[in-house]
Amino acid sequence: MAEKPLLVAKIRNGTIIDHIPAGRALSILRLMRITGKEGFTVALVMNVESGKLGRKDIIKVEGLALRPEDTDKIALLAPMATINVVKDYEVVEKRKAVPPKIVEGFLRCKNPSCVTNQRNEPVKPRFRTVSYEPLKLVCEYCGLALTFDDIARQLESRT
Amino acid sequence: MLRGRDIISVNDLSRRDFEKIFEAADEILKAPERWSAVLKGRIMATAFFEPSTRTRLSFHTAMLRLGGEVIDLGETEKSSIAKGENLSDTIRMLDSYSDVIVIRHRLEGAAKLAAEIAEKPVINAGDGSRNHPTQAMIDLYAIRRFHERIDGLTIGVLGDLKYGRATNSFIAALTKFRIERLYLISPPQLRVRDDTRELLVEAGVEFREVERLEGVMGELDVLYASRIQRERFPDPSEYEMVRGSYVITGESLRSAKDSLAILHPLPRVDEISFEVDSTSYAKYFEQAALGVPVRMALLKLILMG
Repeated sequence: MAEKPLLVAKIRNGTIIDHIPAGRALSILRLMRITGKEGFTVALVMNVESGKLGRKDIIKVEGLALRPEDTDKIALLAPMATINVVKDYEVVEKRKAVPPKIVEGFLRCKNPSCVTNQRNEPVKPRFRTVSYEPLKLVCEYCGLALTFDDIARQLESRT
Repeated sequence: MLRGRDIISVNDLSRRDFEKIFEAADEILKAPERWSAVLKGRIMATAFFEPSTRTRLSFHTAMLRLGGEVIDLGETEKSSIAKGENLSDTIRMLDSYSDVIVIRHRLEGAAKLAAEIAEKPVINAGDGSRNHPTQAMIDLYAIRRFHERIDGLTIGVLGDLKYGRATNSFIAALTKFRIERLYLISPPQLRVRDDTRELLVEAGVEFREVERLEGVMGELDVLYASRIQRERFPDPSEYEMVRGSYVITGESLRSAKDSLAILHPLPRVDEISFEVDSTSYAKYFEQAALGVPVRMALLKLILMG
């Protein structure tokens, strides 16, 4: 059987983020702070067929190496994603985007009475991952849970 | 085991921790004079950002009975809080003045934040609507005294199971023991939260959620009552409707076992009628009195091991 033609060309050096839930690729690009003005060559494929997800998005960025904090954020928005590091057209590293055990700083607790929502206290919100599938984080201060939908809503509304 | 530890939530404590505290409280009640100077020279700071009578006074009494000293932040309207000082800076100050800090605060997680800032141990005397760990210690200790055990008992918790920090901590503390069955008795609006339900399932506690006390009264060894607050109901008529079903009267106790112990974290408003006070079931005043030996045991174990 002939291989399906690739929608976008292979990249030489850079990062491919695969298995992004359909429709989330633009949010992930924003989370990575890629606006298009940085000069990277970026390919974005949305809503392609996927065995695992039904439909998925893919991002390819030529010349970009992901920082660990970017991987953490991607993992929260696309916990099934695979991150491929490409060198000389070959995938040299393949890793799953796994949400970190502790998420500190960039998510907010949704409990208005939580001490982390007080503007005059020097405290960073901190969450512990208690379940990976479905993703669920618990505030280390007040104990309230954030579901995947809560997390996605927060990250997407900010970007 | 408890020495130097912060006491923020029941969930941080093991069954063994509870038992250590109970054993020390037993010793204190047996021979209080032997404990009258064990914390001589130590200072406990109390910072109550929310009103409290029983908890504050029983902590003070406990420390004084152990020979220690007490400093108190006072009413927040008259302290530096009124000038806009935040919690973190207040805790830093108390940390430098005292050996242990007891805090109560309206905000959830305030005690945890205080514990992260302070080097000295912090005891949560109630924050937000979830945690009141020392009340849970007293509640379980009271049950152990009245029934000589906690394991194997059938326990009912009545009232506000959603927002009440005493009921939430009590239910969480029960998961450390092997009780026979737990009845959660409340109006639908005030049922336990999902995470409490998950905690019970995880711990393998057999529990049932019911709306009426009558059907289960005869099975109970312990009935833990709590206040249903008017402000939890958006519609006052709804409050008036449910309120009556959650009042314990002589009539509602007709099917009760002789050995039933009624507990209440107090203060009560009208959820236990006065006629119950003179029955053998009424254990809430004795329970409240146990607040002092239990807090004495805790302070001693935290400060000296």
